[in-house]
Amino acid sequence: MRIDRGRLPALGADPLLRFPEIQRRTLDNGLRVWTIEHDAVPLVSFLVMLSVGASADPDDRPGLAAITSDMLDEGCGDLDAMELHDALGRIGGHLDSEIGSDATILTLSSLARHRERASALVADMIVRPRLDATDFHRVRELRLNRLIQLRDLAPALADRAFVRLLYGQHPYGHMPLGTEASLQELTLDEVSRFHRTMFVPSRMIVIAAGDATHDALAAAVEGAFGNWRPLAEARQIDRSTWPSPPVVHERLAILHRPGAAQSELRIGHVGAPRQTPDYHALVVLNIILGGQFVSRINMNLREDKGYTYGARTSFDFRLGPGPFVLNASVQSEVTVDAIREALDELCAIRGPRPVTAEELRAGRAALTRGYPRNFETADQISRGAAQLALYDLPDDYFSTFTPKVLAVDETAVTRVAEQYIDPSQLLTLIVGDREKVAPALPRLNLGAASELVPL
Amino acid sequence: MNIPYSRHTLDNGLDVLVHEDHACPIVAVNLWYHVGSKNETRGRTGFAHLFEHLMFEGSQHYDQGYFQPLQEAGALLNGSTNADRTNYWEVVPTNALELALWMESDRMGFLLPALTDAKFENQREVVLNERRQNYENRPYGFAGMAMMAALYPTEHPYSWMTIGAAEDIRAARLDDVRAFFQTYYRPRNASLSLAGDVDTELAIDLATRYFGELEAGDTPPGVQVTALPPQTVERRLLLEDRIELPRLYIVWHSPSIFAEDDAELDLVAEVLASGKTSRLYRSLVYDERMATEIAASQNSRELGGYFQAVATAAPGRTLTELAGAISQAIVNFVDQGPNAHEIERCQAQAEANFVYRLQTVGGFGGKSDQLNAYNVFVGDPGFFERDLDRYRRVTAASMQRVARDWLAPERRVLLSVVPRGRRDLALAGSEPVAVS
Repeated sequence: MRIDRGRLPALGADPLLRFPEIQRRTLDNGLRVWTIEHDAVPLVSFLVMLSVGASADPDDRPGLAAITSDMLDEGCGDLDAMELHDALGRIGGHLDSEIGSDATILTLSSLARHRERASALVADMIVRPRLDATDFHRVRELRLNRLIQLRDLAPALADRAFVRLLYGQHPYGHMPLGTEASLQELTLDEVSRFHRTMFVPSRMIVIAAGDATHDALAAAVEGAFGNWRPLAEARQIDRSTWPSPPVVHERLAILHRPGAAQSELRIGHVGAPRQTPDYHALVVLNIILGGQFVSRINMNLREDKGYTYGARTSFDFRLGPGPFVLNASVQSEVTVDAIREALDELCAIRGPRPVTAEELRAGRAALTRGYPRNFETADQISRGAAQLALYDLPDDYFSTFTPKVLAVDETAVTRVAEQYIDPSQLLTLIVGDREKVAPALPRLNLGAASELVPL
Repeated sequence: MNIPYSRHTLDNGLDVLVHEDHACPIVAVNLWYHVGSKNETRGRTGFAHLFEHLMFEGSQHYDQGYFQPLQEAGALLNGSTNADRTNYWEVVPTNALELALWMESDRMGFLLPALTDAKFENQREVVLNERRQNYENRPYGFAGMAMMAALYPTEHPYSWMTIGAAEDIRAARLDDVRAFFQTYYRPRNASLSLAGDVDTELAIDLATRYFGELEAGDTPPGVQVTALPPQTVERRLLLEDRIELPRLYIVWHSPSIFAEDDAELDLVAEVLASGKTSRLYRSLVYDERMATEIAASQNSRELGGYFQAVATAAPGRTLTELAGAISQAIVNFVDQGPNAHEIERCQAQAEANFVYRLQTVGGFGGKSDQLNAYNVFVGDPGFFERDLDRYRRVTAASMQRVARDWLAPERRVLLSVVPRGRRDLALAGSEPVAVS
C-alpha cells in the first residue's frame, strides 16, 4: 500500500502505561524503604535521599551540606577512601551524588548479583563515613579550586549571581557549593556535627530498584541499615522561620566579562513551591512558554531571530517557592533585542497574547504522551519515587498526572500566567561584555543597570 | 547479554534493524547517515553539522518545522554530528512510531523542495551561536581545536573539529546544501534502527512502506587520506585562554574504532585515570594534590583514534610537575603493566558499562544507537557479544604491550593552556598556536 504524504498519519489510541508498583515499608529506626522490581537489565540501584539540602546551611556557612555529602565516599566503616572505591569498582558500581536546595541524593548502581554488597557499602557511606582530617582538607581544597575555575564559566557566574539577587540572605540565596570565604573557614567539626544531627533515619528514604524481588531488595536494605541507631537528636529544620525573599527593586543587573562572545541571560523572579495546587497548570504554562523546543520563547529567539542556540524557561519547584527563570546565551551584539523579545513573550502570555486552544492542546499532549518515557529505567523510576517522598505527594501521583494535566484549560493557564509571572518583579541579569551591551540598554526602560562583581 | 535483532535491507540499500523490548510503551527510532565532518574539506569545515540543523526545518510534505508534530505526539528527539556520522533520533510512545517514520522518511527523500534562503540564514546564525556558547565563550573551549590541528596534517579531515571554523560557516552557500544532500543523504548511506515496544514484522513493513520508495542514489565517494607522517619528536604547544588554572593536554595517535589494540587502550585509560583508585587520580589528585582533576580516554574513530590525558594544575603547581608525574605513571605502566587487582576492577567496570548501555532503547546512546554503530562501523549489528569479548580477552601483558607501542614520549603532542599573558606557565619550549 502506497503511503499518503498528503497528511500526517493518525496516532491511534495512546498506549497503556503500567505504573511500577512501589512497596513501602518502614524500619524500626524510622528509615523508610521503598522497593521497585525492574528486571529489564541485570542491575540494581540503591538511592538514598536525605531531605536536607543546601538550604540547611547555616547563614555563615554556605557549602556545609554539600561538602558533608562530598565526604561520604572518602572512606567509611572499615574502608579508607581507596579501599572503598576499589570495592565499588569490583561490583561494577556507579556512584552518583547530588545536592539541591532541599535534598541530598546518593545513588549506587551495581550488577544485580552484588546487591547485598552494594547495599552494605551505601549504608557504610551514609551511616559510618570516616570524616578524616586529611581527606577533609583535600576535599575542601578541591572545592575551593572548583570555585576558582567557575569564575570563567559564564553560566555558573550567572546562576550564582541570579539566586543571590532573587533571594538575598534567604536559604535559597546561594549555590550548594558555597563561597570561598565560607569554605576557607569551615572545620571538620562542623562537618561531623552536620552529619550527626542531619543524617538521621527519620528524614531519609532508601529506594531500592532493579532486577530482584521486593523482598530481596528490602532484605538487602534492612540487612545494611536495620541496626542503625542515630547517636544524636536530629536538628530540626523549621522552614516557617525562613525570611521572605526580598522585594526586588532593581530590574537590571550586569556582570561585566570583557571580550565575552555572548551574553549569558537570566530573567525571572521567585516562583511557586512544589506543593502549589497550581502545579499542573504551571507545568502546562511552562511547556507552552519556554519548556520545549517548539515553545514560544525558543521559536522566537532561536528559530525566528537566530539570536541564540536555545532559550528555555523553567519553574524550579521546591519545598519553598523556587525560582522561575528564563535562560539563554545570546550573541553579544543582539543582547538588548533578545531581552526585549524575551520580556515581551513573558508579558504577552499573561493576556495580550494568551495561549490559544491549539497551543494548549499541543502542550498538554506533549506532557501526557511523553509521560511513559519517565518510567523506562530503574534509575528514572527511583528518581520519580524520590520526588513523591520529598514533596509528600500522594501515592497515586503518577496515575493522576495525565488526567490532571488534561483538565488544565485556557482559563487556568492564563490565570497562573497572571498570578505567577509578574512583569514588575522580573529581574534581568546580563553576564557579558558591558562595552558591547551598555549603549543599547536604555532602550529596555528598566532603569540604570546595577553593576555586579563576581561573588 | 545481547541485543537480539532482525536486519532487513530494502531494495534501495537502506538497512532496517529491529529490536523488540516491550517493557515500556515507547519505541526508539534511530537513523544514522554515514557522513560527518570527515567528509568535509579544508575551507568548507562545519558543513555536515550545519546541514544537520537544516534537517529540522521542515521537508516538502510537512513544512512547518520538524519538532511540532513529534513533540505533540510525546516524542523526545534530537540529532548529532561527529567526525564519522550524523544521527537523528526520536523516542516516541508506541502509537507514534508511524508518525516518526513518516517524518524521517520525508526529510530523507524530500528535504530540498522545502529549503529556503531564510531557513538557511537563520540556522547559520544559530550554529554560530552554538559555536560561541560551546567553544568561544567556554573555558578551555579552543583546546580541542588546537590539539586536532596539531595532531593531523592540514588536509586531513580530523584536523578540524566538527563545529568547523566560523569563517567557513559564514561562507557556506545554499547550493552546497543541495549537493551535500544529494551525495550523502541516500538510503544506501543510512541505517535505520527501531528498538522498543514494536513487533518486528510490523516495524519492517512500516519501514519498507515509508522508505522503500526513496531512490537509492549513487554510492557516496569514500574519504581519501594519505598515511600520517610518522612523528619522531615530541611536540609542545601553548594556547592562551580566559582561565584561572593552567591545564595540560597530552595526546597520541591511537588505533581506529574496533581495531586491534583499541579495547586494550580503553582499559589502559581506565586504569590510569578512571575513578579515585586509578593511578593518576591517586598520585596527582589524592596524594600529591598537584592536580584538581585528571582524565584519560581512548577516542577511537573510523580513520584513526587518539589517546588523551588531561590534567588541570592546582593553584601554585606547575604543568611541568604534571607532565613529569603523568610521564612517570606511563613509564611505570609500560615497565610493569597492570596488577591483578587493576585487571579485575577494570574488567568488572567494562562489563558493567556494557549493561548500563542496555538500559534505554534510544536517545543519545541506548540500544538502537548501539545497533546502528555496530552496523555502520563493522557491518554487523550483532557485534555486541564480540565487542564485549574484546574486553574480556584483555590481559596484563596485552595492556602493557599497547601502552609501550602507542604511548611513546617521542610521539606525543603536549598542549599547555595557560591564562592570558602567562606564557611563562606553559611547558618549556612550547610554541604558541592561534585558534579562534
